[in-house]
Amino acid sequence: MMALRERALVSSRSVPSLPKHVRIQYDPVRQAFAVLSPEKVFWPNDISLDILRRCDGRSTVGHIIAELAADYDAEQEAVAADVVAFLQEWSDKLLVKL
Amino acid sequence: MSEPLLPPIGMLAELTHRCPLQCPYCSNPLELLKANRELDTQTWLDLFSQAADLGVLQVHLSGGEPTLRRDLEQLIAGLSARGVYTNLITAGVGIAEGRIEAFAEAGLDHLQLSFQGARPATTDRIGNHKGGHEKKLETARRARAAGLPLTINAPIHRHNIEEVPEFIDLALSLGAERLEIANVQYAGWALTNRDQLMPERAAVDRQAEIVAAARERLTGIMNIDFVTPDYFAIYPKPCMGGWARDAFMVAPDGTVLPCHAAQTIPSLSFERFGPRSLAEIWTDSPAFNAFRGTDWMLEPCRSCERREIDWGGCRCQAMAIAGDAAATDPACAKSPIHARMAMLIDEAQRAAAVPSNDEQFVYRRIGVVTEPA
Repeated sequence: MMALRERALVSSRSVPSLPKHVRIQYDPVRQAFAVLSPEKVFWPNDISLDILRRCDGRSTVGHIIAELAADYDAEQEAVAADVVAFLQEWSDKLLVKL
Repeated sequence: MSEPLLPPIGMLAELTHRCPLQCPYCSNPLELLKANRELDTQTWLDLFSQAADLGVLQVHLSGGEPTLRRDLEQLIAGLSARGVYTNLITAGVGIAEGRIEAFAEAGLDHLQLSFQGARPATTDRIGNHKGGHEKKLETARRARAAGLPLTINAPIHRHNIEEVPEFIDLALSLGAERLEIANVQYAGWALTNRDQLMPERAAVDRQAEIVAAARERLTGIMNIDFVTPDYFAIYPKPCMGGWARDAFMVAPDGTVLPCHAAQTIPSLSFERFGPRSLAEIWTDSPAFNAFRGTDWMLEPCRSCERREIDWGGCRCQAMAIAGDAAATDPACAKSPIHARMAMLIDEAQRAAAVPSNDEQFVYRRIGVVTEPA
C-alpha cells in the first residue's frame, strides 16, 4: 500500500472531488458554508466555495476554470493560476482528491 | 468580555470511562466514573440535539472506550441526522463483528484509532492489554474495508519516542489519511506517572526533526499533526483553542466542562446537563466564564502580544505547577516559574535512572485512585 500512494499534482485534466472525510455544509447558526474535516472546520470565502462545489468527481480542472472565468467575467489565465494553486494546496492537505 | 461570545464549534463526548486498556497517561480524571453514572441513550440524544442547535458542527465520540456503549450506533445516527460531523475515537480492541460496518452505516464520518506503540510489545505493555496490537491492526483493516477515513493517534512518551519513524510507516501501511504524533500532556493519569513518562531532551529534539522531514516527504500523501511536548516548549499551546471559546467536553455523567482536566481546579464548580440546558451552561456557567477571553489574565499574559494566540496556555497546567489557575502557563518562557519545567524534566530523568523506578506505572483503573493526587 505504501508504494501505491504518491502526491497528486494538479493538471487541467485532473478531476477533483471531495474525499469521504470532507464535507461542505451550510451552517444555519452562523449563516455560512463550512467545510468539515476530521479535526478542523474551514470557512471558505465565496470564490473558494465556488471551486469546491465544482469538485464533483466529474468536471475536469480545465472545465472548472472555463466555467469560473465565464461566471466572474475574468481572464481564463488568471483564473487558471488561482484555481490550480488553490486545488494543489487543498490536495496537499488531503482535503481535495485529484 | 474582550470579544463577543461565539457559539461552540466542537464537542468532545466522553460517553463512558470504561476501557479495556489501562494507559498510564489517560486524560480521564483520576476518579473514574462507573457505568451506573453514565447518561442514558435518550439523554445523550437530547444533549446532541441541543449541541447542534447551539452551533456545534463536530462531535468527537470518546471515552474511555466509546464502543463499550451498546447504543453507539444510535448516538451516531442521531448526530448524523442533524448533520453533525462525527469522529469516533477508539482504542480498537474488542469491537464485535459487524459493528464498525454498523457505525459507518449510521453515518460515522471518521475513525481515530490509537496505537500505544508501533511495535506489538510496546502497545501491549503500555495499554496493559495482551494481544491489543493485533486487534488494533484488525480494527484498522475493518475500518478501511467499511470505507471509513482513518486517523492513527500515537501518544508519545519516553517508552515509545524512538518508535516515531515506525509509527509513520505503520500509519502509511494502514492507509491512514492522518497521523497524530501527540506528545503526552501531563494532566490526569499522565501527571501521576510523569516521572515514568517524561522523555529525554535529546529524544524530543530528534523527534522534531523526524516529524518535520516526514511532513515534507509526505505532503499530499498523509497529514501529520504534531502535538509538541509542553515541558520543552517556549510558548504554551492555546489549550482547547482558548478556555470555553469554541469547544467544550461532556463527562460520562453529563458534567459539562471546558476541558479534560478542568475539575482539577478546585475553585470552580461545574454543572450537569439535564438540570440546565447546554445553552445556559455555555453562556452563563461561572466556570465557563472564569477564564474566557482575556479579561481574567494577569501579567505577563495581560499585556502580551500573544494573548489572543495562545490564550494564556493551559489553566490546568498553571494550577498543577504554579498552584494558581489564573497564572501564565509555566510552559511559556515568559512565566516567572518557567525554569520549573526544566527542573521537572531533570527530576524525571533522575527518577528514571533508578532501574527499579522505571516502568512502575500507576495503570489507569477504575477505583485505583479515589482522591485526586
